This record gives sequence, structure tokens and C-alpha cells, in this order.
Amino acid sequence: MTPPDYEYLRKLLKDRSGLDLSADKQYLIESRLLPLSRKAGLPGISELVQKMKGGSADLTTQVVEAMTTNETFFFRDKVPFDHFRDSIVPEIVKARASRKSIRIWCAAGSTGQEPYSLAMCLKEIGATLAGWRIEIIATDLSQEVLEKSKAGIYSQFEVQRGLPIQMLVKYFKQTGELWQINPDIRAMVQHRQLNLLHDFAQLGVFDVIFCRNVLIYFDQDTKVNIFNRLARIIEPDGFLVLGAAETVVGLTDVFKPFPDRRGLYRPNAAGAPPAKLPAAAAAAAAPKFAAMAGR
Amino acid sequence: MQTCLVVDDSSIVRKIARRILEGLDFQVVEAEDGVDALVVCKRAMPEAVLLDWNMPVMDGYHFLSHLRRMPGGETPKVVFCTTENGIEHISKALEGGANEYIMKPFDKEIISAKFQEVGLIAVPE
Repeated sequence: MTPPDYEYLRKLLKDRSGLDLSADKQYLIESRLLPLSRKAGLPGISELVQKMKGGSADLTTQVVEAMTTNETFFFRDKVPFDHFRDSIVPEIVKARASRKSIRIWCAAGSTGQEPYSLAMCLKEIGATLAGWRIEIIATDLSQEVLEKSKAGIYSQFEVQRGLPIQMLVKYFKQTGELWQINPDIRAMVQHRQLNLLHDFAQLGVFDVIFCRNVLIYFDQDTKVNIFNRLARIIEPDGFLVLGAAETVVGLTDVFKPFPDRRGLYRPNAAGAPPAKLPAAAAAAAAPKFAAMAGR
Repeated sequence: MQTCLVVDDSSIVRKIARRILEGLDFQVVEAEDGVDALVVCKRAMPEAVLLDWNMPVMDGYHFLSHLRRMPGGETPKVVFCTTENGIEHISKALEGGANEYIMKPFDKEIISAKFQEVGLIAVPE
């Protein structure tokens, strides 16, 4: 791959997905895109770039998807799901006792392991949530990934990383070497395609937002912009859950860390939430962002 | 240091498991069938057992039922590790007192995940 090829891909990925590759990630591009080149009958990355420049929109979509698909597994990192069960849900149950509804957004739902882990957590809680309206919205940039999530079919390898065996027995049905999550769990999760760089206000307001292991790929300005927009669609007493390597600290004060619960954040009333800012102030950030998103 | 007893009739599988478990800071003891494994447990009860199902002399399932009836035999965390990947086998193992279940082939990731699940190793912060 020539330096201009690399630059072309870097810029394209930044514009389309916000993925911010540093100058030395050639290996990452090669490992993800060589298989895709071969599948398309092309000998290498340079030929792939040529074809993309020639206007193959389909190929371009595939390239963005291949580069942004991230590893995921059931109950990844375990701790955030313990927080969900032991801290988040009990608080929401108290706070929404009259409304009896809970809305959760998995902002990088990927192939479904995270939203389905949350759905299984809620099922395990059981009777406390009887009669509650539960919505889990899983979004991802990649349509292909969402299709896999919707199907809820996983390999033997995938169901063994993080998923307790009792849950496999309880919530999955085996077909040959594959395991499909049961229809009642699948029905708890709605899927939508969404690019976090674009407006997501139409998703409505959430009690809980899981936005894990996706912001690490964005540059600082983009992170701040996303945090500000997340703050506008989260309940004032809601919860934001970030990945182990992510934080709001030093970036924004619209969220504040929840004491003693790593990765857990709440909207910061003192941090002048953008929802209460004059519309003009919110709009001022938009042009810069739109330019970044390549629109 | 915690001890893990690896019970498998294949010396290759035992060797791979040993390498992974030693990497996770376990002291490893090996046995090549259920009877052999019971002898080891009578001598000193391990904290963990990684257990194959199909073995000559005494299979993993029968070993497990003997183990659970032994004095102190309820304490080890038993993780099956077998090519038997049917739901009937998994359910039977759990009813028989197994704590976790690995369907072969396995790797370090799977062993770590399952050992974390049963509390044998800490979940990284």
C-alpha cells in the first residue's frame, strides 16, 4: 500500500465514520482490508483504492464496515454489567416507580452481545420488573453487523467468552454447532442503523446509555461533540456507561463520574447541560462538526 | 498458589491446558482418567478441576459424582472441558455438580473467561 493509498483510506474513514487512524496503522488496514480485496477479486489494497476512487459506493461501504467492526463478547468486562444490575437498575426502579418504563440505548451494539447481555440481565432480575415497559435500542454503523445482531446466532466460540454456562442453557437454543438466542430475549432489542457522527436526537430520551469502546476511535473534538449530544438525550437522573479505556474527565463537564463505580457517569446538573443552553450556542458547534463529518 | 487438576486422557490436551493454567498462576496436577483423578483428590483436594468427559476406566461425569460425595469434595470448582457440545450433556453436567462447561476446542481466552466466571481468578479492573 502506497502512502497516498493510506492517506486516501485514512481520510475516507475519518469522514465516513469518525475513525481516527494515526499515521502508523498500516497493519490494521492490511489485516482488515486484504481479505475484503480478495473477496472482491482484487490482488491488493492499491487496486481496492483504485476501484473505490472509481466510484464503487458498495465497496466503500464494505471498507468502512470492515474497518469499524470491533471485537465484542457477552458481558464484556463483566464489571459494567454488575454495575447495571446492582446500581443502575435499582435506582431506575425507584425513580420510575410510577412510570414503570426503562429505555436503554446501546450506542455501539455491534453483533448484539452487549444489548442481549443487558436483556438477559433484566430477565434475571425478574419479578421486580414485572409489568414494566422495557426498551433496548441497539444501533451500529454497519448494516451487516446489525443483521447478525437481529438473527442472534452465535458460534460455539462466541458463546463461550463471557457468557455463563447457565445462561447459555437458559436463553439459547442449539442448532448444530450454532446457538441462537431465544425469541423472547430477541424481542426485547430493537435495531437501528446509526452513525454517531450524525444527529441522534430522533432516538428519544434514555434512562441508560451504553457507549462502550467506540469513542476511543474518535478525536477529542468529536468525543466532546458526542458527549454534548448524549447529554441532551439522557434523563437528568440517567446513567452513561463508557468502556474501560474511556472517560469524560478532562474533556467535558456535562457528565460526572459516579463515585466508586468505574466507567459509570451521570449527567452533571452543575455542568450547564447543553439542553438548557440557548439554541444558538448549540447550533454554533454544528458547522464545524458537519464539516468534519464530510457533509 | 491455587492448584488445578487437569483430567484428560490426551497428553497433548493436558500439555496445552497446563501451559495456559500455569500462565494464569495455577499449580497444575495431571490425571489421565477419573480413577487416577480421585487418587489425586484423596491426597490433596485441588481448588479447581478441568475435566474431560470421555475417558477410559472412569469418565468425567462419574468422577464428578464420586468427587462431590467425598469429604471436602464439594469445594473444588469443576469446569468440564470436552468435545461433547450437546445441550443434554451440558445440562447433565450442571445437574451433576459442575460449575462451568467448556466445549472444545478451547483457548486461553475461554479458560480465563470461565475461570473468572466461577471466581477462581479475578476479573481485571
